[in-house]
Amino acid sequence: MSQAEPAAIEAEGLTKIYGSGNTEVVAMKNASMRVARGEVVALLGPSGSGKSTFLTAVGLINTPTSGRITIGGKLVQDGDAAYTNLRSFRRKHLGFIFQKSNLIPFLSAIENVQIAMQLSGESARASRHRAMELLDYLGVADRAGNFPSMLSGGQQQRVAVARALANRPSVILADEPTAALDGQRGRQVMELFAKVAHEQGAGVIVVTHDHRALDVFDTIYEMEDGLMTRSTSSASVHANQPITPLD
Amino acid sequence: MNLATKDIRHNFGRFALTAVGIGMLLMVVMGMGGIYRGVVEDATLLIERVDADLWIVQRNTRGPFAELSRVSSNLVYRAAAVPGVSQAREFVYHTIQRQRDGKPLRIAVLGLSWPTDKGEWLPLSAGRTLGQVHFEMIADKQLGLALGERIKLGKETYTVVGLTENMISASGDGLAFFSVSDALAIQFDTPGEATRLERAARRSRGEQFELAIQQPSVLENAMRPASELPAVAEPQISAVMLTLSPGADPERVADVISGWGDVSVYTADGQRELLLKGSVERVRRQIGLFRVLLTVIAAIIMALILYTLTLDKIHSIALLKLIGAPNTVVLGMIMQQALILGFVGFGIAYLIGQQLFPLFPRRVILANADLLQLAGIVLAISVLSSLLGIWKAMKISPNEALA
Repeated sequence: MSQAEPAAIEAEGLTKIYGSGNTEVVAMKNASMRVARGEVVALLGPSGSGKSTFLTAVGLINTPTSGRITIGGKLVQDGDAAYTNLRSFRRKHLGFIFQKSNLIPFLSAIENVQIAMQLSGESARASRHRAMELLDYLGVADRAGNFPSMLSGGQQQRVAVARALANRPSVILADEPTAALDGQRGRQVMELFAKVAHEQGAGVIVVTHDHRALDVFDTIYEMEDGLMTRSTSSASVHANQPITPLD
Repeated sequence: MNLATKDIRHNFGRFALTAVGIGMLLMVVMGMGGIYRGVVEDATLLIERVDADLWIVQRNTRGPFAELSRVSSNLVYRAAAVPGVSQAREFVYHTIQRQRDGKPLRIAVLGLSWPTDKGEWLPLSAGRTLGQVHFEMIADKQLGLALGERIKLGKETYTVVGLTENMISASGDGLAFFSVSDALAIQFDTPGEATRLERAARRSRGEQFELAIQQPSVLENAMRPASELPAVAEPQISAVMLTLSPGADPERVADVISGWGDVSVYTADGQRELLLKGSVERVRRQIGLFRVLLTVIAAIIMALILYTLTLDKIHSIALLKLIGAPNTVVLGMIMQQALILGFVGFGIAYLIGQQLFPLFPRRVILANADLLQLAGIVLAISVLSSLLGIWKAMKISPNEALA
């Protein structure tokens, strides 16, 4: 990927401060990240380090106190100023996967995938076809008609992954997506992210504690106490080994 | 994809129970309207059915439907002589209560002016009109009397020769139709002992008069039956009904009769109005206020139910917002559920009401206009009650999906 080409997502100097005065808490300080199209990025760090704050900020859910977010070359957020309809932008360009499967309980597995496409204007028939393809790809096609309560944690997570991929987003944001999966399934999901990133040119940011699949990632970032640091590539981090904070 | 119906499908049991609850509440609202219609219908039924153009009643009274009215029975002949009057009929009306099979039986007795009125205007469902001046009656089915059944009232026994349906008095009692003379006999029936005591009292009073001392035959006459004494007046009737000749001016006829010092005269509409503004008005206001109260309660309960349903979906709504659903999708889901709940509740109210209302002791009449009005009210309260849920849903942040 050429540096001249617009990044899938670029965050510059993101800071998030909760409260003020004596109750002020700096959750994230001057965090920057550039994810090229087709690049898969891991974000590591201990609990409370600011990973989720960063992820929700670049996911246009949580407004940063300051900093800029550019997606696909378009400046969408500068501090608390939004330059587009964030909800509509999220629907079209971002895919989310979270630690908990976050499926809508009153929709079946296939409807949970379809809803994302139908909100973007896809027809019922086309969305059903693609949803079935995605469920099949993720190995849960046989549970398409089941409600989330009838699925195991791993099956629910795979349906959530299918939903995140449904609209062919330019950026996929995943927060501990493999927490509910066994090692093999977890690795398959990570490899799936890499495949989607490479085939569709999407940028992928994965917050994870799962060190067994770190070799899948192109770049690794770490956060601690709200500060973000970058490793040049995954080669510098050994799989199955604890990550040591970088300078 | 319709999220409202998907949610209902998934929580069908809860939704069905909620809809039944709302339906029962709306059924009560519907029933209150029906009871009011029934009261008005029952109250005005006689006035509408007897088809009189003018009513002559006791001076300065509001007529037999509103209060006690007594006029001389010979008034019918005076009235018949007024130019423009085609027919004058006596009207005798009173309510009696007797025991039958150990249960109280309330009968609204109405006298028909034999032979001009044998009950031809009555909607008979079985049997015939009165065929003789005495000892026959036409009864409403509500009284529970069968055709051919004999019932003793006062000293006489009457045979049911005809049956009517839905001929009810303003107070909800079934009507029974007799000749005027029989109706008066029932009304003024006096036990033998009371008659004997009354005659003795008459004699005792007479003994104090000089005339009776000078002429003992006068005292003997005083002991005779009241009907044989010219000094004792005929029993009074409640009112006289007039039917005017074609082309006769009701106001002109009323003006003539109003000049008589002993009576007041009303048109049929005037009598109807007096009835509705009198005894029925309070019932109407009472039922109306109760209906408003129930409607408000239904709206509050619906609002709370929809609010609770929204609270149950906070996570789903946050998730929908997170994946980019516009507010209209969320708003539409809550609004549609409110409308479906209102619509289904209304349907349940109607269906259950159809089965239950006929079992009520008073008539419950579901008029189309009232049903349409209630449907409009249900639509309005569905929309209004969803506002609380919508307000809550609009406040939900996508962040809550991550909590």
